[in-house]
Amino acid sequence: MAYSDKVVDHYNNPRNVGTLDKSAAEVGTGLVGAPECGDVMRLQIRVNPETNVIEDAKFKTFGCGSAIASSSLATEWVKGKTIDEAMAITNTDIVKELALPPVKIHCSVLAEDAIRAAIGDWKKKNNVAETSAVVAAH
Amino acid sequence: MSNEMSNSGVVISESSTPLPSGVHLPIYMDNHATTPLDPRVLAAMMPYFTSTFGNAASRNHSFGWEAEKAVEAAREQIAKLIGATSKEIIFTSGATESNNLALKGIAEMYRERGNHIITQVTEHKAVLDTCKKLEKQGYRVTYLPVGADGLIDLEDLKRAMDDKTILVSIMYANNEIGVIQPIAEIGRLCHEKGILFHTDAVQAVGKIPVDVQKDNIDVLSLSGHKIYGPKGVGALYVRRRNPRVQISEQINGGGHERGMRSGTLNVPGIVGLGKACEICREEMESEAKREKELRDYLRNKFEKALDYVHVNGNMEHHLPGNLNMSFVYVEGESLLMGINDVAVSSGSACTSATLEPSYVLKALGLGDDVAHSSIRFGLGRFNTKAEVDYVADKIIDVVSKLRELSPLYEMVKEGIDLSKIEWAAH
Repeated sequence: MAYSDKVVDHYNNPRNVGTLDKSAAEVGTGLVGAPECGDVMRLQIRVNPETNVIEDAKFKTFGCGSAIASSSLATEWVKGKTIDEAMAITNTDIVKELALPPVKIHCSVLAEDAIRAAIGDWKKKNNVAETSAVVAAH
Repeated sequence: MSNEMSNSGVVISESSTPLPSGVHLPIYMDNHATTPLDPRVLAAMMPYFTSTFGNAASRNHSFGWEAEKAVEAAREQIAKLIGATSKEIIFTSGATESNNLALKGIAEMYRERGNHIITQVTEHKAVLDTCKKLEKQGYRVTYLPVGADGLIDLEDLKRAMDDKTILVSIMYANNEIGVIQPIAEIGRLCHEKGILFHTDAVQAVGKIPVDVQKDNIDVLSLSGHKIYGPKGVGALYVRRRNPRVQISEQINGGGHERGMRSGTLNVPGIVGLGKACEICREEMESEAKREKELRDYLRNKFEKALDYVHVNGNMEHHLPGNLNMSFVYVEGESLLMGINDVAVSSGSACTSATLEPSYVLKALGLGDDVAHSSIRFGLGRFNTKAEVDYVADKIIDVVSKLRELSPLYEMVKEGIDLSKIEWAAH
């Protein structure tokens, strides 16, 4: 199977690999997937509490090249966005950017889930309610 | 004060290992999938494409006679490799056809005697899918389980046999995990009960001693392209004495190969298969020793350099050149991506068209996460120690880097028990 140049680039030079402190209030952690499925992504965000802007994001992924690329791209995209802007990222955006073939679309879905799980975790920790617009979009 | 680790800029496939002398990329280490033609086999085949091109069934001129002579010589070479006689060798288009012919041909022929077939869960799809087809036609098939080491339990086999059992089909050696079944004992059990015994010996023939007499085999499949011969040709051994096995032909049209397999013979392919068998017979002992040493050396390098590696399959009853290893907490396809100048294969779901992990590894009871991190190395005649060193160093490098990316590895190193986590699978 031939990979797109972008997938290969993310695989060779993954952005934002690492770990943030789970216990910090500004950090939201999303852990999605399962070892049995061959795909586990952990995506973390650090959110500025005044501006709701995601100032930093880190990821670690157990999965194929497309999964690594999807999650690496996700951290690139959420950095600098507000929480609401990050919630608007969809898996189809990721599929387009990385030119994922049909058999790898589920990797992009997992990355989208990871973003939302991280945001959801941050919101829970900071007692932020879901806005109805976001609930409708999801 | 936050507790952070940051290693962005982890670069995966930029390797620090320079190319040693004698190593040419890409390296082929997937000899269970197929093998390159041995140059001696190609040389033997060539005349039969160019000058000696006759149809081996043309009885009335020298073109036919020459072709027939070559075919019979090849038949003898193949028979010698497995302890059979020439008359017991039938040529086919490959082992998939041989397996189909054996299973369907025997099922049909012995239908009056019974309708029960016994096989096992890690067989090649050529056997499993054929059994599924026979089930649709009203045959009963028992699929014996295997233990964690990949071997069947002879007691399970005994218990499964009943008075309607007409055939047992158990592969000699497994193509994914290299495990060798207790063939002679299985054959003996079958003969005690008057049940025919077929073995798919594709991965065993030419690599380890296979003898249809000593191993009590009645029917055997073998393939050219797994033993440095050409693709598109194989053979089926069909016993003629004690007992005389009869097979109902699956292809009609002229009655070639004693009525068992019609069709003009692939003379160059057959000549190649014969030569491949001859070379295997002459070099098997020394080659098996050489491959086993290389394989053990490869395994040791991994076990010394990495933690959480796991060998799959019983290593005592094992093909000399095979190593199936799981590099836990690293997914197989991502590992293959990092060693894109080395040809091996993986049991990971991501590498299969159907997104199913290897059914062989699942049958061993391996968790899917371990199946997903498995790599199969198939060392062969043309692999060298320099290549093994290069591959080992490269894989150790890529595994280490991918583990820095792996949330599972980080959690395990922190002492977290992954089996206690409730995963949010989608």
